[in-house]
Parts: sequence; C-alpha cells; structure tokens
Amino acid sequence: MEACRLTATDIACRRGDRILFAGLSLALESGQALQVAGANGMGKSSLIRILAGLLRPFSGEVERQGSIGLLDEKPALDEHQPLGEALAFWSALDTGSAPLDRLGLAPLLDVPVRYLSTGQRKRAAIARLMGQEAQVWLLDEPLNGLDTDAVALTEKLVEDHCAAGGIALIASHQRFELKGMARLELAEFAT
Amino acid sequence: MSALATLLKRDLARFLPGTASGGTLLPLLFFMAVAMLYPFAIGPNPTLLAQTGGGVIWVAALLAAILPLDRLLASDVEAGFFDQWALRGIAEEMVVAIRLLAHWLSFGPFLMLAAIPASALVGIDGETLRIVEIGLLAGTPGLAAIGVIIASVTVGLRSGGAALSGLLVIPLAVPLLIFGAGSLSTGGEGGLALTAAISLALVAIAPFAGGAAIRAAREG
Repeated sequence: MEACRLTATDIACRRGDRILFAGLSLALESGQALQVAGANGMGKSSLIRILAGLLRPFSGEVERQGSIGLLDEKPALDEHQPLGEALAFWSALDTGSAPLDRLGLAPLLDVPVRYLSTGQRKRAAIARLMGQEAQVWLLDEPLNGLDTDAVALTEKLVEDHCAAGGIALIASHQRFELKGMARLELAEFAT
Repeated sequence: MSALATLLKRDLARFLPGTASGGTLLPLLFFMAVAMLYPFAIGPNPTLLAQTGGGVIWVAALLAAILPLDRLLASDVEAGFFDQWALRGIAEEMVVAIRLLAHWLSFGPFLMLAAIPASALVGIDGETLRIVEIGLLAGTPGLAAIGVIIASVTVGLRSGGAALSGLLVIPLAVPLLIFGAGSLSTGGEGGLALTAAISLALVAIAPFAGGAAIRAAREG
C-alpha cells in the first residue's frame, strides 16, 4: 500500500449556533490507528465527516493523502435489492473484493437488504468498505449492533488494515481493542 | 467511463416501469386516468373535446411527471450514496446528469406512447396528435430537468418534500406548457421550437443546479 497521511490542523466544528470542539489537531501516518472517544453529541460524527471532506470545518485545515473510506450509520446499500446485487453495485465502482465468507455474509446474498438485521447491515457495510480498498479508514461507531464474534473480527480487520500500511480512525464510545492505538478524548477540545 | 455505465444501469433498474426493483407504472396509469375522466367531466361534445383534448394531454403529462419526484434523489442522500460517491471522486453533477437521463427515459417515451390511446379517449385527430407527440418529445426532457432540480433542492426536507416539490414544479413548467400546448392552437412550428429551446436550457442547467443543491444540503 502506498504511503498515506491524514493531518488536521487546529480545526473547529460548528453545528448550528454551537461550537462543538475547537483547536483540535491530529496527524496520522501509514500504519497508525486512533480512537476518538467522547460522549454522545460531542461531535465524533462531525469530526469524521470533516476529516472525510464531506463537511467544511468552521476553522482550520485538513490534509489528506490517500483514498478515503467511510463507514458510518448509513450503509449506502439499496434496500429493496438482494445483498449480493447491492454489493455488486459498489464492486463495479471499486477495485477490490470483500471477504464475504469471513464476514458471514455468504449465506445472506439472496436476502433483500431491508430484511437484514442491524448487525448484518453493519457487516455488509464493512464488506463495502473493504471492497473499496481505501487507504484511510474513517469508522463512525463501527461496533454498533455487532455481536462479540463480529466485534473481534472487526478489530482484526482493522489491525490487518493498519499492518498493511493503512490508517484507521475510529470514533466510538465503546471499547475497541487494538494494539498500539492512540486515543483522543474529544471532551478535551469541547468549548 | 465504466462508472457512468454502472450508475446509469442502477438508475434504470430503479426507475424504468416494470423493473423488479420498484420502477412503477403509476404515473402512466395516472396520465391515462386523467385522459379517461376528462370526457366524462366535459360531456360528449366532439367539437369541444377535439379543441381542448390536446391541452388536457399536456396538463396530464405535466402532473404525471411530478409523481416520481419524491423518490428521485432524497432516498439516495439519506442512504449515504452521495457521501460514498463523493469519497470516490464521482461528482454530484455527473450523478445528477445520469439521474436526469434515467428519469426522462422512465416517463418521457412512455408518456408519448400513452398519448396515442389517450388521444382516442379525448377525441383529437391525427394531425393534432402529431403535434402533441412532437411537443412531448421536445417538452418532456425539460419537465424531467425541472423535476430533477426541484428534487435536489428539496433533498434536505424531512417531511412534506413530495407535496412541496410538486407545488414548486408547476410555476417553472408554465413556459413549457404555454409553448408546448400553445403550438396546438397556432399549429406552428415556432411553439415547438421554443419548447425545445427551453428544454435544452433546462437540461443544461439541471446537473449544475442539482449538484450544488445536494452539496449545500450536505453542509446543513
């Protein structure tokens, strides 16, 4: 994997009339992982969207080197289509392929997405993310709705991703087991 | 180029009538229903029907074009598709341009086909039908473009988006209606040419207006 980098310099985020956080800086190089922790409503999702370039920061700058993959609460899969076809749409746009067996999705490929449970949807979204083969993973509450096995698997997948030279940024209020992962408390930047 | 083809394929599968995944015949049935009801309401006066029938077909076509608007873009924004496309460097303008093409293909040609039985129902003659058909060919791309623009502007609305977009489309469609349906009474090529010109301008604007509206909604 090519070298990638994600830097944010002194960013602030405003939603409506409130400044959620300010003066936040971070720098991630190839192979590094960071957990952004904070209570609900602290701005974890907004930070992810700012880092992804989907939201303009109120102030400050974000620099990205490498392709960005986003996993959030929106799976971006067609509800009425069977899972196999919904994923096939993304694999036609992306280069890689997802380990469907490992994610336990192989038996579900004929099931329309709208019948999938929360955890199954999350795993399907992880499959979409892996197929994208992006270098920088931005994961917003990746463990929501997952059972213990799937949590362990997700942690392993993120570990493999970083070992291969990728960057992972995990926004979660839950425990995320990953060796050598840095931690950033969003509360320290709250205003 | 393959990204374009992939997007178009998905859009067509979603919008073309009769496809498994949700394309619907309802706008066409609605169009036929209006054409069928009209003679009942007006009474069996052949001269009156022949004089006004072409205009009724135009109004019915305009209303039928409004029906699919609520699911044209909003569901993709809510499901996160536009976020994922943006991360992959696929511009909103391109997505909207393809959506415009798919939206037109899903109702324009079918309305032109349905106009043939509808013309029998409202009792207009062959020559008038010819002008109606050319007018629909020239005007429906413009109707589709207005629809796409309004659908993208109302993307961020949580409720009431469907009714509001219908209401917003109508004033914008007035020029198309005036020249499209107006060409029936004058029998002139000028009206048709103006209809086509308005359509072209709208089709050219729609991807940029739509793309900008979707980006603005994302910031909100």
